[in-house]
Amino acid sequence: MERKLRILVAKPGLDGHDRGAKIIARALRDAGFEVIYTGLHQTPDMIVDAALQEDVDCVSMSILSGAHNYLFPEVVKMLKEKGMGDVTVIGGGIIPAEDIPALKKAGVKEIFLPGTDTRDVVKWINENVKPRKI
Amino acid sequence: MAKENSKEFKERLPEFTTLSSRPIERLYTPESLKGFEPKTALGEPGEFPFTRGAYPNMYRGRLWTMRQFAGFGTAADTNERFHYLLKQGQTGLSTAFDFPTLMGVDSENPRARGEVGVCGVAIDSLKDMETLFGGIPLGEVSTSMTINSPATVLFAMYLEVAVKQGVPLNTLNGTVQNDCLKDFIAQKTWIYPPVPAMRLSCDLIEYAATEVPKWHPVSISGYHIREAGSTAAQELAFTLRDGIEYVEACVKRGLKVDEFGPKLSFFFNAHSDFFEEIAKYRAARRIWARTMKERFGATNPEAMRIKFHTQTAGCSLTAQQPMNNVVRTTLQALSGVLGGTQSLHTNSLDETLALPTEESVRIALRTQQIIAHESGVANTVDPFAGSYFVEALTNAMEKEAEDYFSKIDAMGGMLRAIETGFPQREIIDAAFKYQRQVETKEKIIVGVNDFTVADEPPLETLRVGPEVEVRQVQATREMKAKRSEKTLKAALSDLREASKTPKNLIPFIRNAVREYATLGEIVDTMKEEFGVYKDPGHY
Repeated sequence: MERKLRILVAKPGLDGHDRGAKIIARALRDAGFEVIYTGLHQTPDMIVDAALQEDVDCVSMSILSGAHNYLFPEVVKMLKEKGMGDVTVIGGGIIPAEDIPALKKAGVKEIFLPGTDTRDVVKWINENVKPRKI
Repeated sequence: MAKENSKEFKERLPEFTTLSSRPIERLYTPESLKGFEPKTALGEPGEFPFTRGAYPNMYRGRLWTMRQFAGFGTAADTNERFHYLLKQGQTGLSTAFDFPTLMGVDSENPRARGEVGVCGVAIDSLKDMETLFGGIPLGEVSTSMTINSPATVLFAMYLEVAVKQGVPLNTLNGTVQNDCLKDFIAQKTWIYPPVPAMRLSCDLIEYAATEVPKWHPVSISGYHIREAGSTAAQELAFTLRDGIEYVEACVKRGLKVDEFGPKLSFFFNAHSDFFEEIAKYRAARRIWARTMKERFGATNPEAMRIKFHTQTAGCSLTAQQPMNNVVRTTLQALSGVLGGTQSLHTNSLDETLALPTEESVRIALRTQQIIAHESGVANTVDPFAGSYFVEALTNAMEKEAEDYFSKIDAMGGMLRAIETGFPQREIIDAAFKYQRQVETKEKIIVGVNDFTVADEPPLETLRVGPEVEVRQVQATREMKAKRSEKTLKAALSDLREASKTPKNLIPFIRNAVREYATLGEIVDTMKEEFGVYKDPGHY
């Protein structure tokens, strides 16, 4: 049997809005994933360190402050630098539709917008994230 | 008889509940109000227990203050928006700061990358504050500032701008949010641990009481608690219990409730369940009046009168079919007005996508003006008084809040409750329950889980580009090069020493601000003594 997927739910930047991140963390845990929540106010460095320490398969970030165009790609870049380019990175929050193509190009695999059903996130992860060979 | 009726008239749902899952009866009758004495439960508007309103004539005397929250980009960008809003008939200013400012981090700090001026205005020093209020007569306009952990610093900057404008401090009118407790519970722009955070909040309250007597030195806020996912009753209970915590701390310092009590202000959310919200505001007035009188022995009626600002619920707005948000905001604003708010912010339709454009801000302001001047609801005071339903709901909200008070008192107060994570847990549980209700369609959100459309044209939104960050960092560096290092260092060192004593820190912070110390420099100086708070990360 395949092991459970390990998912880091992270709040990058100074943004204090954590309702969405916490709801996602709970929903993913209830769906049977191993969930690690970073808490608020994480720098990209801290997130990548946590991803490394916890051997996660997926990093799921939430930003509602508008800083996604800088912070999401920064985390992707730093994961690659640490040899974790195969970790699936996804994001959510207040993100204008026109920003999505550039974020995907930078390596964010999927962006979930306000009003997303948590079951759709679970489904996406089950279909797209595979356990990393460690 | 009633039973037969309900059989014959089948109901479309097994249970009817409010947005906060409170069960609602088919019909409210005199039976619902057993023991209800209008004389003691309501009184006259403007009189104890203030259930019917803070003032006898309410909006017949003066309409509520239309106060749209604004801030983005640099101080010059926001100054321009302030002038625009005042020209459009807005009657008070309200400042939104960016996350670095809210967290006491300078724009040039690496932690601020990507956030400068993005969801509020960037303020690094007194210089930015001078620009922000350029051409705005601080003696005439009332200003609200949504700032908490570094509130003492932004307040000090505001005072120095007033001094430069030649405005006497005892004429200044406005509010600084300065509510550290709700920061730990919900807003989460904390810096210091709870005990020093509380000390700074109280330093500001104490200082304003003598030096800036017309100022509201704290806005005890339920808004963020509700946005974080609480129920209406939790918002009511935690906010007022926070209020009790501040009053206790101020009394401990030797302040008199009858003197500082009238300057406490509150801030509530206007969410979508129309009657529940109206009941919440009415219950808030009654609970606070009784608390100040009975728990704290206030004798000045003004100290028993709760005055509050209201903002419509940002979290209720949808990214889908965003034009519908105008309708949501209208209904929410109407509940705030019927609930007797003193000032109101109406959200703009595009706020689930980005910061609002000038056009969408105008529609939001016009919404208030239409309610005020066309709907007729401002013609009489507390029109829902005596409604079996609204009075029963008001009683129920009051009861639920008081049950929470007992629980929190038993824990040793709100600071202790926060340290154990109690209010935080209650809120996230409620938020998660609501999310489930939406996903099972127990609660319908138009355009999200029902009445959806496949393809929507994108809305034009306001964008704050990365050049703002570059400009802001550059300007602050230039400003820093011109400072007198010697006097600056002395001011920061005095502040550091004072932090080790119980002295009120505001005069020391004002000195540092006058030397153009940056927000980050001042905050970091106090961090050395106070330490920092870390998210326990519960979910």
